[in-house]
Amino acid sequence: MELTGAEIVVQSLIEEGVEHLFGYPGGAVLHIYDAIHRQDKLQHILVRHEQGATHAADGYARSTGKPGVVLVTSGPGATNAVTGIATAYMDSIPMVVLTGQVPKPLIGNDAFQEVDSVGITRPVVKHNFLIENVEDIATTIKKAFYVATTGRPGPVVVDIPKDITAAKAVFSYPREIKMRSYNPTVKGHPGQIKKALDIILSAKRPMIYTGGGVILSNASEALTEFARTLGAPITNTLMGLGAYPASDKQFVGMLGMHGTYEANMAMHNCDVLIAIGARFDDRVTGNLEKFCPDARIVHVDVDPASISKNVKVDVPIVGDVKQVMDGLNKLLAADKRHLEAGAMESWWQQIEEWRAQDCLKYDRDSDTIKPQYVVEQLHEATKGDAFVASDVGQHQMFAAQFYGFDKPRRWINSGGLGTMGFGLPAAMGVQVAFPDETVACITGEGSIQMCIQELATCLQYGLPVKIINLNNGYLGMVRQWQEFFYDKRYANSVMDVHPDFVALAEAYGHVGIRIDKPEDVRKALDDAVGKYKDRLVFLDFVIDREENVYPMIPAGAGLNEMILV
Amino acid sequence: MKHIISILLENESGALSRVAGLFSARAYNIESLTVAPTDDETLSRMTLVTSGTEEIVEQIMKQLNKLVDVVKLIDLTESGHIERELMLAKVQATGNARSEVKRLADIFRGSIIDVTDTTYTIEMTGKGDKLNAFLTALSSITIYEVVRSGAIGICRGEKSLSL
Ligand SMILES: Cc1cc2nc3c(=O)[nH]c(=O)nc-3n(C[C@H](O)[C@H](O)[C@H](O)COP(=O)(O)OP(=O)(O)OC[C@H]3O[C@@H](n4cnc5c(N)ncnc54)[C@H](O)[C@@H]3O)c2cc1C
Ligand SMILES: Cc1ncc(C[n+]2csc(CCOP(=O)(O)OP(=O)(O)O)c2C)c(N)n1
Repeated sequence: MELTGAEIVVQSLIEEGVEHLFGYPGGAVLHIYDAIHRQDKLQHILVRHEQGATHAADGYARSTGKPGVVLVTSGPGATNAVTGIATAYMDSIPMVVLTGQVPKPLIGNDAFQEVDSVGITRPVVKHNFLIENVEDIATTIKKAFYVATTGRPGPVVVDIPKDITAAKAVFSYPREIKMRSYNPTVKGHPGQIKKALDIILSAKRPMIYTGGGVILSNASEALTEFARTLGAPITNTLMGLGAYPASDKQFVGMLGMHGTYEANMAMHNCDVLIAIGARFDDRVTGNLEKFCPDARIVHVDVDPASISKNVKVDVPIVGDVKQVMDGLNKLLAADKRHLEAGAMESWWQQIEEWRAQDCLKYDRDSDTIKPQYVVEQLHEATKGDAFVASDVGQHQMFAAQFYGFDKPRRWINSGGLGTMGFGLPAAMGVQVAFPDETVACITGEGSIQMCIQELATCLQYGLPVKIINLNNGYLGMVRQWQEFFYDKRYANSVMDVHPDFVALAEAYGHVGIRIDKPEDVRKALDDAVGKYKDRLVFLDFVIDREENVYPMIPAGAGLNEMILV
Repeated sequence: MKHIISILLENESGALSRVAGLFSARAYNIESLTVAPTDDETLSRMTLVTSGTEEIVEQIMKQLNKLVDVVKLIDLTESGHIERELMLAKVQATGNARSEVKRLADIFRGSIIDVTDTTYTIEMTGKGDKLNAFLTALSSITIYEVVRSGAIGICRGEKSLSL
């Protein structure tokens, strides 16, 4: 049967198993919206800004592992989506973004609401397409999902001219797709896996460093088995939190700029580094010349370009983490060798000494609310089992350091691009996917104002996100750098003029609560997840204004040169 | 070191800008770039001359490979290869220069393909070095215009870049 291009778009999404679509209408996508209106399999969530749509789809993808899907109009719709696309790109999140385009005959004529969406998004997508014929819609959408979700995942943009959505063609959705130019390697080379194991088992001071790749690969169990069998210390990047249970004693915390002393010291002193699905980001390595001076390095990554990009490695294994770890675990189980017991004992003893430094300590007797305390209390109030989305800044680091994630896909944050404004829409996307779970958004008064309009979306769709605003009246992370490196000249980082968030939340139809005493923190959190379980609650915590994030590795320093409290 | 990278690309609109964009976004250097369809109309072949440390060239190869439109690629400089470039040069050809230009063109196996009372246009192919040497040899002559195609290349022997 012949369908219109718009109907083909919608049917293709349904064929892909898409249940939720985040978007915002406009001229170029009116046919598609009409096709959405005439069916009931696909739910469209109407956001209040296209940036919100992309972050929501992103949060949906991070929490479920399924690709997030976005629909926006041409021109300003597409440009508003760019920040969210770039955010997903930097963190390798699978997403398919459909952008409307002006009718084909008008392309290039500076037509109304025309921008070169394929050109603008090219540097921040895994791939993009401009569909030229109605007959190509189904295959192109199939390709888009295939590329977005396989290998190293990432966002794919599909630009669809309006006239093509009105034209007709016979619809048939391809079962499978092959692309001769795109064949990611997912199975690790057996020879390399063996070689890696030999090096690993010869270690006296092994260290496991894992990242977002473990989560993207759904390989937490395989990783946990590997780490437990080996008995080695393990650290996660900001993107990898939750891949290994934070409450386990082998876990030494996050590493990097605001990582723990024990994680960074263990990195610096290890003799074999096992890097898994992590990309040696500059926030993690510090000064490359001083990075892991004694270590031989094994690196598992699905993207060959991640390997030896910043740090030269000894045994690269190109492949999907899950598949490689399954292979390693099998070999390890069959191998009679172990890590040398004596060496491991002294290595752990050393690590415990570093741990005893208690680098995350803070003033628990303070009269003002400490942000760390709020996060710890949130952990307790939610039994450590909430989805926690975050914005960007000090609050993000406190959340990462103090929430203690035991499960993957619970920690939702923008690491690579560091996009303020990500938190609320991302939390919204998570809540759409998990309507019955607790979803918190840890934010600051700076970040929350970047996408605050989504409070209306939350009301419309009944999304009871718990907003934890750690309000210090500063762009805190900026202020901290100015305190340390610019002699406390707080140039444009003071943000003490902001709305009355309680009134604002109420104006949007939600519950707002201001908390300014430490003793009221817990009750407010309990109310948010208890009494107001089904409501969006905006908790405005008035916190210690000048609390800093410690430890910290200053620019140019090595991992063993941290600033401690 | 100089590297000549040959790439088979899907012959699709936008493929060229993906490669060009990659080089500018990652601050890699491009000395020359040529692209044209091949005998297989679904493919274009691009030849790219770049330079950088071994690490950078390794990253360039990996990043190119990652582009979804790139089907296959090879670093020609890693093994025996033939490199050619086409040059057209329009020079002054009056007085003594007229015979001197003809003589030099013959020595370098160039041919004069357009003649006026005052100019010669010379066509020459060869490796970049040879073309440079010819231009140096012309140093006493007024050169009006030089057009170079950028290098193309192919592997020696049986090795080939094809599907
Ligand atoms: C204010 C701020 C402070 C920060 N401070 C820190 C800090 O202290 N510590 C820290 O760690 N980070 C910090 N970051 C985050 C940092 O910028 C990077 O985003 C992060 O370190 C990258 O994490 P990752 O190495 O796990 O890589 P990711 O970006 O998660 O990349 C994943 C890697 O895994 C690979 N991969 C993907 N899928 C698979 C698969 N299926 N199989 C195999 N491999 C796969 C990818 O190719 C890639 O190489 C901070 C960010 C901000 C905004
Ligand atoms: C869109 C965007 N603009 C600017 C920045 C730079 N930046 C990083 S952290 C930060 C301050 C964040 O302030 P706030 O949200 O109040 O959180 P706090 O650090 O106080 O916890 C800024 C401005 C950014 N990351 N993203």
